[in-house]
This record gives sequence, structure tokens and C-alpha cells, in this order.
Amino acid sequence: MATSSDGSVSSSIKTWVGSGSPWVWLAAGAVSLSLVMVFGVLLLIASNGLRHFWPAAVAQITFNPGAGEPLLGEIADRESVTAARARESGGRVPAGATRVDRLLIKRGNRDIGGEDFRWVNVPDIQIIDYPADAYTVERLEWGNLYGRIKALREGRTEVPLAELSARLARAAELRAGIDRLQRVSIGAANYALDAVHRRQKAERKAGTPPGSQSVLAAEEQALRARYEVLTTELQASITALSRDHLLLETVTGETREVPLAKVVRLYAPNHLSLRERLSHYGAKLWEFISAQPREANTEGGVFPAIFGTVLMVIMMSVFITPLGVITAVYLHEYAKPGPVTSVIRIAVNNLAGVPSVVYGVFGFGFFVYLVGGSVDRAFFADALPSPTFGTPGILWSALTLSLLTVPVVIVTTEEGLSRIPRALREGSLALGATKAETLWRMVLPMATPAMMTGLILAVARAAGEVAPLMLVGVVKLAPTLPLDGNFPFLHLERKFMHLGFHIYDVGFQSPNVEAARPLVYCTALLLIILVMSLNLAAIRLRNSLREKYHAAE
Amino acid sequence: MLKDRLFGWAMAVGGIAVIGALLALFLFLLWVIFPLFTPASLIPLAAPAARVEPALHRSLNEYGDLEFVVAADGSYRFAAAATGAERASGSLLPPGRAVPVPGLTGYRNHGVLALGLSDGRALLVAPTYRSTFVNNIAGVTPSLSYPAGREPITVLPAGAKLRALAAATSGASTTIAAVSENDELSMAYLAPAAGLALDPANVPLETTLTLLGKVSGPVTHLLVDPDQQELYAITARGEVSFFDIRDKAAPRLVETTRVVPSAVTVTDVRLLAGGNSLLVGDSRGWVSQWFPARDQTNARHLTLIRTFTAFATPISWIEPEYFRKGFVASDLAGQLAFYHTTSERTLLLAPTGLGEIAWLAMSPRASALTAVDTLGQTRRWEVLNRHPEVSWHSLWEKVWYEGRQQPEYIWQSSSASSDFEPKFSLTPLVFGTLKAAFYSLLFAIPIAIMAAVYTAYFMHPRLRTIIKPSIEIMAALPTVILGFLAGLWLAPIIENHLLAVLALTLLFPLSVLLASLLWTWCPARLRALLRPGYEVLLLVPLICAVLALSMAASQPLEALWFGGSLPRWLNREFGFTYEQRNSLVVGIAMGFAVIPNIFSISEDAIFAVPRALTTGSLALGATLWQTLSRVVMLTASSGIFAAVMIGLGRAVGETMIVLMSTGNTPVMDFSIFQGFRALSANIAVEMPESELNGTHFRVLFLAGFVLFTTTFFFNTLAEIVRQRLRRRYGNL
Repeated sequence: MATSSDGSVSSSIKTWVGSGSPWVWLAAGAVSLSLVMVFGVLLLIASNGLRHFWPAAVAQITFNPGAGEPLLGEIADRESVTAARARESGGRVPAGATRVDRLLIKRGNRDIGGEDFRWVNVPDIQIIDYPADAYTVERLEWGNLYGRIKALREGRTEVPLAELSARLARAAELRAGIDRLQRVSIGAANYALDAVHRRQKAERKAGTPPGSQSVLAAEEQALRARYEVLTTELQASITALSRDHLLLETVTGETREVPLAKVVRLYAPNHLSLRERLSHYGAKLWEFISAQPREANTEGGVFPAIFGTVLMVIMMSVFITPLGVITAVYLHEYAKPGPVTSVIRIAVNNLAGVPSVVYGVFGFGFFVYLVGGSVDRAFFADALPSPTFGTPGILWSALTLSLLTVPVVIVTTEEGLSRIPRALREGSLALGATKAETLWRMVLPMATPAMMTGLILAVARAAGEVAPLMLVGVVKLAPTLPLDGNFPFLHLERKFMHLGFHIYDVGFQSPNVEAARPLVYCTALLLIILVMSLNLAAIRLRNSLREKYHAAE
Repeated sequence: MLKDRLFGWAMAVGGIAVIGALLALFLFLLWVIFPLFTPASLIPLAAPAARVEPALHRSLNEYGDLEFVVAADGSYRFAAAATGAERASGSLLPPGRAVPVPGLTGYRNHGVLALGLSDGRALLVAPTYRSTFVNNIAGVTPSLSYPAGREPITVLPAGAKLRALAAATSGASTTIAAVSENDELSMAYLAPAAGLALDPANVPLETTLTLLGKVSGPVTHLLVDPDQQELYAITARGEVSFFDIRDKAAPRLVETTRVVPSAVTVTDVRLLAGGNSLLVGDSRGWVSQWFPARDQTNARHLTLIRTFTAFATPISWIEPEYFRKGFVASDLAGQLAFYHTTSERTLLLAPTGLGEIAWLAMSPRASALTAVDTLGQTRRWEVLNRHPEVSWHSLWEKVWYEGRQQPEYIWQSSSASSDFEPKFSLTPLVFGTLKAAFYSLLFAIPIAIMAAVYTAYFMHPRLRTIIKPSIEIMAALPTVILGFLAGLWLAPIIENHLLAVLALTLLFPLSVLLASLLWTWCPARLRALLRPGYEVLLLVPLICAVLALSMAASQPLEALWFGGSLPRWLNREFGFTYEQRNSLVVGIAMGFAVIPNIFSISEDAIFAVPRALTTGSLALGATLWQTLSRVVMLTASSGIFAAVMIGLGRAVGETMIVLMSTGNTPVMDFSIFQGFRALSANIAVEMPESELNGTHFRVLFLAGFVLFTTTFFFNTLAEIVRQRLRRRYGNL
């Protein structure tokens, strides 16, 4: 009995191996593994990115007697590690334990305690509760503060707490006013003053009659007067803003006075209703998309980075669309098919595979130093030795990425051109249209979806590139946007911020990586959504094009 | 018709212009790199008329337009280098005092000059040049300074006569070494006197005279390095006595060696910039570089590093550069040669039209050179020698850098000190790039190709239309995100669950095989539920489960078997160093990035195999698997090869992943648990900080060029293979 069963097992294994079934399954396993990785990564980023805006509960942790002072903060992570590893990472390990369960507490209050995050061993904890009166105070500086509200003060006099929300709204309004004043009005005045100074310098050099110099001097006088007025206004707002203070008590009993001027947002996360939570989520999400970064990019929004990415990509599209299409039309319609054309085609194909950092090197040497340096000597000699165009900037970035992505447009457009059935072309020519007319009226309109596909693919690639931009124009924090209300509005020479570089910079160059991590996930999610939706759109377009001409053939 | 023509021209012009621009990219890189490999050149400048004078010393100012000459009688002059017109002159010695020993000066470089007097004492003098603006015209005013005071310093025991002298000064302290005519070596050390000084600007110097004993013969060259740590006394027969003088109170003879064979004499010895190496010129016309290298027991020995042998007649003079590791030498036949030690390059070998060259003087910026022969004839040149540090040897081969134990591959492009020897070896960077590509392809190729086989051949068509694009779209995922995840999320996970990650390479295939075996034993009714081509759906939960289980089991097992930490255990038992951001992390992250590329192209290649072939094979009785392995894969192999080449090209050039998920240290170690520094990451990090058109700048361009050509090569190979493939399928 046993032998026969053994025999059947071994023979069935033999047939199993012989059928090639193990190999098929292994191959299927490879597909499954790829899928798990792909969706795992997307899920990881999405869950981490989306979670960030949800109001995190504030836990109060009371330790066993002798194991430390109580903590108030968010539970950021929990893990279970072997004792050896816990010891390696500097954690305290109870004697005799082989494994340690621990919680990472974001305790905020960086201005008081120094470190933001702290590992806490679970066995040391006596009780964790979520007090309803615990507040999270998002501040402009020093990160979050966790504590209980004691009092609200105007100067030295105490004010009923009921007025808190009204006064917070007032502070926010004043802050917005100050921001507008600084960025728009004072910015414009400064810009105009700079322009006058440049002209004065140029005229002094050229030796123009003193008449025009006195005009300039009067202009300068007027601008300075305006500047004075604005600074007085600013000073008044700042004084008004610093009126109110909030008294908070930390979990260890210390009292902190926080000026309302520095409070971005204040809420009791354990006490919020679902609606309040949702509106908090929406507000935070909106802040992330629309606001300026704070605290070395680790808090606040990424608006300048979104703006910079989009503007740079638009500029690039303006360059590559005509050039790519013309090249594709030339290669496909005009160049004589032969070894030269096929070599060119291979070369163009391969240029799409050249590492992006090589384009960065080229852009750095050629655009920034060679072209930019020449432009400076020719047109901005007054400003030298401080460079205007001879330094990385958004124009050079857009041009560099144009070189990087133009092969994509060429290849896709050519593919689209080759899909247009011969019969259509021949029909047009037979009806007496010239080659140009056929191209312009017939072929190009039909190939438009292919061009769009190419452009979208190019944009998707450009939006995700970081390495070349590090050399030709991206910065961690740009004081001004490349597009503003000052003539000539589009400032091609300015440096700009970029979503991809934001990820690199905040994730790897920031002093407080742990605190910055959630925001990096959000930026990554934003970038993925941007790039993926562009790519999906391109795939859609390409498929519809294929089907369309499949029918015409 | 005209419109038609114009349209055609416009298209042609536009098209050719874009293609030209892309070609210009290649040419521009070459144009920037080219100066690295050009030889040095000399442009003759006006020179003063011949003037016979036995000079003790001759040097140039920073730009080479003023020269400082000390004559044998102790008189000096500053003169315009081009005309010989005197700008200032005088005597270094107060009247009625001792005269200098003819032909005896100390350190000829680095500004300070020691002058030996016939009474056995020494005087330290330094020419100084002050920039002035008179009526808006820039000028230079030369003057003299006395770093150790105007009073001559006693450097020998009373009554002894000087034979050789050397001095070095830095900050407040000065060392003067001297050899007497009866070969007694001594050293005077001058430092600010201890204790409180009333006037901090004028602290009295305290002189300590130390006797170092007798040396083996008449010393012809005596050298003290600028940091006052080493002292070398060299005889004409080439015996070098090497002293360690870091402890000024107790100098120590390290060793005595011969630097030339017995029939050869030493004709000139100088210190290379920085003072760590000796340049020994001999009667064969050779110049050899020696420096103290440590052996296994950490003892220092003067070691021959390299030899330059361009001349056939004895060396008459060696003139090192002030800041770079290059030098100029001349021979008795009046020839000049520019050498560089690190790159082992002979940058120029040229006749000068002079006789035996008695003096060479180079300006501190190494931009001007003056040569004077024994007849007093003078020649001057402007020197164009911008990138002597780079050669094929220094870029790609092992180089013995100063202070190292043996020749090594090192990339270290910059340092804070000015006499730093730049180490431009691209080998460790290329090694890092290849290491990254190797580990990522090791991870990607099996998964991508097997997935391609399954998707193209076994998968249900309806499923294929969903799954293929989902994997392909990952090629568009910005690599900065992958780099971020790899560096901040994956690296700590792998470190904490190393056992699981290593085990999963076996557990995944084993569990899949087991699942397959169990499936064949399942009742037929159950099996019928899963249509062939849908196995993937069954395996996704299995793989998730295996992943979750091994992650959960990893730490308890590590605690049980490896003392709680596998990386620690590996280090203890096998000496592996474990870096958190290592090649394993890069391999997985970059493998992830190249899987879609390889998958997509090889899937296309397999899918494009004509149906006639497979149906024919199946009709002849082959199983599905036999058809696949014997017919399909063979036909598609060149397509798969092309896919791998494209993946390789992408892995080689990828920047952000390697930048963010390794430690970026340029080590040459193939260990999977260590990081590396890749060419691309190196460019991204260092390029913004490099000086425009400097050697570092151009070497980084060279690195970019290497990347460009490598990836272009792989891509072209892939493209050619693909086109051939397409033609072959066309025939079928």
C-alpha cells in the first residue's frame, strides 16, 4: 500500500516536472512578485502620504514609577525589535529581555526638550490615555507643541478663552496681510529700486548728461519714500500681530507662552467630531498644495515647488513641440531612406537612453557657463561680476530638459506618422495636393494624437527628473517665484523649486529627517499622481490612435 | 510649388538643426575634455641681455614679472624680469660683517631663503611683494622681510664652517638645518619664547641648537620640509640620511639609504610641493621621486615611487611648482622637461637654445619660467600647463599617492589644504557604477524575463491587457521617489530583517514550487475553478503571505541563532562590515526601476514570435513548455538580449537611486553589504562645487563622457540587435 502510494507520488512528481508545470508556476510567481512590488510601492506611498493630514490623536503616556516623566504626543510608529538591535540603536533594554516592543512618540515641544521623537519601551508604560483637553498647536517655528490651554492674554490682561478662535482668525488675517505686504508691495518697490540703481550705474559708466541723472535721482527719491511708507505700515501690522499670547501647560507642568502670531493652527485632536476631522483634513491638504514651505521645507506647503515644476515643464513643452515635430517630419517625410537616415534614427532613439545626468553636465557647461556667460557679457555687463544668466536658472533647466526629452517627441511622432496609411496620402496627392499641402492638411492633423502622446510622455519624464536639474537651476528654497507681478513678469534667470528635488532635499539634506518624512511622502504622492496621470493619458491617446488607423487600413 | 519647396526646406533645416544640436552635445563634451590631454607649451617672452654673475639665489614673484637675485657678495636686487631693469637693490648684510659663503643658500622655495655666512651663522630673508595702486595703476612694490630677525642665527657649534644649509618657516616657528665642513649635522629651532610677552606682536624668539651627529660624507643637499617634520641630508654619492624632527628636542635618524646606484652621482635634489617627496636628479639624466612610506610594521622607509627618464645627460636643475605636484627639470645639454608626479606625465621636452642651465625659476602660479645658463644668457617663457594632474595612468591605473602604503585606486577630488594631491582615479567610480548595475540586474533579470515569458505566453489575454501596462507604467515612476524609499524606508527594514530578506530569495521560488505541486494534487473540481493563465492571481496572496511570515519570523530567529542581529553576527564571524545603505538596497531599488524596461522589451520580443512556429511545434507533439524553451525562447533570444542591454544602460546611468540609497563612499569592495560611489552620483554631488574649467571640472565632464559613451554603446547594441530581429521576423 505504502509502496504504491510512494510510487504514485513519485510518478506524479515526475509528470509534474515533465509537464514543465514548475517552470510555468515560477514564471507566474515572477509576475505576481512584480505586481506585489508595484502595487506595494504605490500603496505604501499613498497610505503614508494621505495619512499625514489626518489629525493624529494625542496620547498621554504615564510611565511606571521611576521609569521617567509622562509624555504627551503622537504615536508615530511602533515596532518590536530584538534586544541586541534595541541596544545598538541606543535604546534602554530591560535586563533579561530578548525582544523589546517600543513606540516612537512624536512629543513635539522642540524648543523645550530638544529632541522631537523618542522611543519608549512598552513594558515601562503604566497607562496610555487620550485626554480630551490635550491640544496640538502648530507653530510657525519649532514644530508642534502639545499641551493644555491655561489662559489667553492680551498684553498682561487675561481675556476669556471663548475669544480664542476670533483672535486666532484676526492673527491669521494680519499675518496674511503682512505676507502680502512683504511679498507683493515691498517686493515690487525693491525691484523698482534695483532697476533704478542699475540704470544709474549704467548711465554713470556711459557718462550721460546730468539731466537724466537727476530724473533718475528723483525717481529714486520717490521710490524710497514709498518704501518708507510701506515699512511703517508693516511695522504697525507686526505690532498689532504681537498683541495676544496663549498660555499653555506642558505635560510636565511647565508653562509656555506662545504668541498667537506664531500659531498656525490649534486643535484638540482627541475631541474632534468626524466633520471637524474631515474639514481639518481638507484644510491641511489645501495648505500643502497652496502654501509656502515653513521650517526648512519640513512643514507647510509645496506651492513654490508645484509652481516651479509646472512652469519649467511648460517652458520645455514650448521648446520641444515644434522642434520635435519638425525633426520627425523631416526624418519620416523628407530625408531619403538610407544608411545615414537609419543611423540618425538609431542615434535619436539612443539619445533617449543617455543618462539624464549627462544632459545635466552638458547644460551646466554649455548653457550656464558658455551661453549664459556670453549673454551676461553682452547684455548684463553692468551687473557683473554677479552673474545674471551665467548661473543656473529656470531657462537653462527648461532647455536642458528639452534636449533630454526631444528624442521622445521625435520617436513618438515618427511612429504616429508611420501609422498613417499610405492610401490616404496617395489619395491626397492624386487629387492634386502638393506634398506640403498633404502634410499640412492631412498628415499632421491625423498625427496630432501621436504628437500629443509624445509631448505628454516628455512632460511626464521631465516632471520626474531631478539629477540634471541639480546642476542647472533647482534650489531648495527660492525666495521668489520665477513668475510675478514685476516687469517682465517671467524671470527666466531665476532659480526655482521642484517637487522631485524637494523630495531629495527634505528627505536627505534636512537636519530632522524623522519630522520631515511624512511631508516627503505627501510630495512623492503628488509627484506620482502627476506623472502617472500624464502617462495614463498618453497610453489612452496612443491606443485610441492605434485603433483609429487600424480601421482605416 | 514654391510654397512646397519652402516647406520642405524649413522641415529639413529644422530637422537637421535638432539632430545637429544633439550631436553638438557629444562634441561639446569632447571639447571640454580635450584640454586635459594636451601637453604643456611655452610661449617665449622678452628676456634681458646676458649678464654673467655667480648668483646665490634667484626667484620670481607671483606673476613672474619681477625677479629677486642675490649675488655671491650678499648684495641683492629686484629687477623687472623682462628687461633686467633694477627696481630696488641693496645688501643683505650690514657693512663690515661676515660675507656669505659662496654658493650656499638654504631652502630655495616657498619664499624663505637661508643665507650661510662665513662665520658659521645663517640669515633668513624673504622677498615680499606688496600690491599697490598709484594713480589707479596697479603696481607691485618689492621689499625684504626677515622672518627670524635681522640678527644672524648661530646654527653650528662654535668654530665650525658651513657646508650646507636648509631652512623652513611656518607661522612663528623656524627650523634651520646645517652641515659643517667636517660633516657634523645640527639643527636650530626658533620659536616664540614661552611665558607672557609684553608686546604680542614682537615676541622674542628662542633658539634651540641641537646636534644630530656626523653624517656619512660631504653633504651636497640638505632639505627641511615646510612643516618642519622631516630632514634629509644627501651626499653626492646618493646617501640619504632621513631624520624625523617632529620632536625638536630629540630628532631621530630614521634610516640611511642610497637613492642612486654606485656609479651614479646625485646632481640636484628638491622637495615636491607640500614637502612630502624628494625629487632626486642624477648624472644619468633621471629624476626619481622618493617618499617615506609605511611598511607592514608601520615603520617609515624612504621608498622609490617613480622615475622620469626623458633626459640623456645629467640633470642640472630641478624646479618644483609651488602648489601642484609638478616640476621642471633641465639637463646639461640645455633641455627643459615638464613633469608631473601623480600622473607620471612628461608634459613637455624641449630644447631651450641655452647652454648648460644653471638656474630655473618658476613663478608661484606656475605661469612663468626663467632659465639662465652658465654664460648668463636668459630665456623667459609664459607656461601653459593647466591640467598636468590627469593622464590615462592617473585616471585608470593604480597610483602611488604621497603618504600611502602602496599604489591604490582613490577618488578624492578636493581637500582643505592647498598642497593636497588630487586623486582623480575614475576606477573606483566606474567600479561603483558596475557594482550597482551588477546587483540590480542580478535582481531584475530573472524576475523580468520570467514575468515576460509568462505574460507573453501563458497569461490569459484578457488579464494580459491589464497586467502588462501596470508593470510597464512603473518605468515612469520618478527615480527620486524610488531613491527616497530605498534610503529611508527600505534600508532600515533590510537592516532589521536581513535574515528574512536573504531567506526570501529561496523562499519565494520554493513556496511557488510547493504551491504548484500541491495544485496538481488538488481535486480536479477545485482545479477547474482556476482557468489556465490565471495562476498569477492565486500566487499574489501566497507571495504576500510568505513575505509577511518571513518578516515576522525574522527577528525571533535572529535572536535565536545570531545573537539578535545578523549584521553584527556577520561582522563578528566573517568580518563583513555592514552599512545600512548598501548594494543590496541599491540592487533591489534599481532592480525595481529596470524591471519594467527589461520586462516590456522582452515581452514584446516573445509575443512577436510568429504563431506559425509555435503551432507547428505543438502540432508535432511538443508540450507547451518544450515549445517555449526550444522554439520561442530561441527565436526571441536576441530580443531578450536587447532588453537586458537597455536595462544595463539604464542601470549604469541612473543617478538619484544610487545617490540616495548608498553611502557614496568610493570604496573598491564587491561586498553586497557595502556601499559605493557611482559615476553619475559623483557628478551630481561634485559638479556644482567644481571650479569652472579647472581640472576637477574637466574630469567630471570626462566622467559624464564615459557614462555617455557606455550607455550609448549598450543602447546602440540593443537597437541593432532589435532591428536585425525585426528583419528576421519579417522573413518568417
